[in-house]
Amino acid sequence: MFGGWSEQVFPDPMKVARSLIELTLNGTLLKNSIASLYRVTAGFYLAVLLGVPLGIILGRVKLLRDIFTPLINFLRPISPLAWIPLAMLWFGIGDKPAIFLIFLASFFPLLIATTIAVLSINPIFFQVAANFNLSNLETVTKIIVPAIIPDVVTALRLTIAIAWLVVVAAEMIAVQSGLGYLILDSRNALRMDYVMVGMIMIGLLGVLLDSIMRQLALLASYKH
Amino acid sequence: MAHIQIQNLRKEYKNRRQAKRGSDDPYRPEDWMTILDDINLEFQDGEMVCVLGPSGCGKSTLMRMIAGFDTPSAGKVLVDGKEVTGPSSEHIFVFQHSGLLPWMTIWQNAELGIRHLQDVQMKSQKIQEYIDMVELTGFEHHYPHQLSGGMQRRAELARALVVNPDMLIMDEPFNGLDFLTHLKIREEIVNMHQYFGKTTLMVTHDIDDGLLMGDRVVVLSGRPSHVKFNHKLDIPRPRGLKSSPALSELRDELFFMLGVSDAI
Repeated sequence: MFGGWSEQVFPDPMKVARSLIELTLNGTLLKNSIASLYRVTAGFYLAVLLGVPLGIILGRVKLLRDIFTPLINFLRPISPLAWIPLAMLWFGIGDKPAIFLIFLASFFPLLIATTIAVLSINPIFFQVAANFNLSNLETVTKIIVPAIIPDVVTALRLTIAIAWLVVVAAEMIAVQSGLGYLILDSRNALRMDYVMVGMIMIGLLGVLLDSIMRQLALLASYKH
Repeated sequence: MAHIQIQNLRKEYKNRRQAKRGSDDPYRPEDWMTILDDINLEFQDGEMVCVLGPSGCGKSTLMRMIAGFDTPSAGKVLVDGKEVTGPSSEHIFVFQHSGLLPWMTIWQNAELGIRHLQDVQMKSQKIQEYIDMVELTGFEHHYPHQLSGGMQRRAELARALVVNPDMLIMDEPFNGLDFLTHLKIREEIVNMHQYFGKTTLMVTHDIDDGLLMGDRVVVLSGRPSHVKFNHKLDIPRPRGLKSSPALSELRDELFFMLGVSDAI
């Protein structure tokens, strides 16, 4: 249809549309989307659960910050994809190594963003906390957490995008399901139309994830 | 209740620029910046003390040390005979720019001091009482950013008073307020002081604030500051700049002392 283009270089859009419907109907798209989403969600949640509290601690304890900053700066630029061999060695193949890679990709940005957010809290609020005899726990719950919510939510939004990129790449190498795997498998079978379907799905889900985070950001901003 | 003594107080900061050049030696006096030098003051219980002085003379630093947020380099601060070791809810600090927590409503901010109270009804009553007193009735569930500067100041006052502190310390409470609000809040603070009789320390750069509000006026010199003036004002209320001649005289004296004039 696109006169001159060989079928192998650029698939026929009509064929892609038909394949999209085919893969939706036979459940392939759903199955693989869920697999990818599951990994991203799991890895991302782990990163939040670990990264945000550690970020708060690093933000408040100068000694720990001084100790760990060099280590963090060293580990951070190592692409999560470079960890694939190690991940496969430690976790085999399947969900676990993928989740680990997502975790790695999300952890450092969240840790650093949280630390910076804590460091940017107006020092007056800590003086107010001391003035009213707030315990350490109360300082965390009543001062630190509410103060950093806007910055942390922004970081969540940026980080989920990174996580989504990584999951697709990880799936091309280390696992046997998911949208990344679908693309690789389809290419091996010389079905470029399936590849395009996979890409379309990845894009759509990326938009979905971002809009969820955006809603969260809006919710957080009303408080201020 | 709150009798304050400041003895031989000195506060100095290491001059970071010079310190970086390799002189980490605390015995090199030129590397240290002395802000307050040999301050000796005594404030009686229940006094309203106004501390005046040029910009950067250490008035806020002095207040922070009395409140316990900062420690002196030498000398000590005693409240009721006991040395101040840290902040406490006995001495509540009202900040220059809003110290209200922006993510809490006025009610929640006011509740901070008495949050541990078991009797919910009594707690509620108390908070409402003080919110009404500062004329913020109806704004209990607003957030600070929804209120004007003057209202925020009042809310902070309510928060301070709810906990019934022995002492109130106010760091330039009129900063950023428009003239009319300044006058109104000034009057409200004086009324509150007359009603509650709490020891109140106030930093202000406004000479008239000091004259009209203070039972005692203290003037600090410039950096390194010493006490230039410390007198009890025995001028009865109602006080007015025009109506009290003694005040007029003192005003001229203070203007002269600070090296300024209000005639252009």
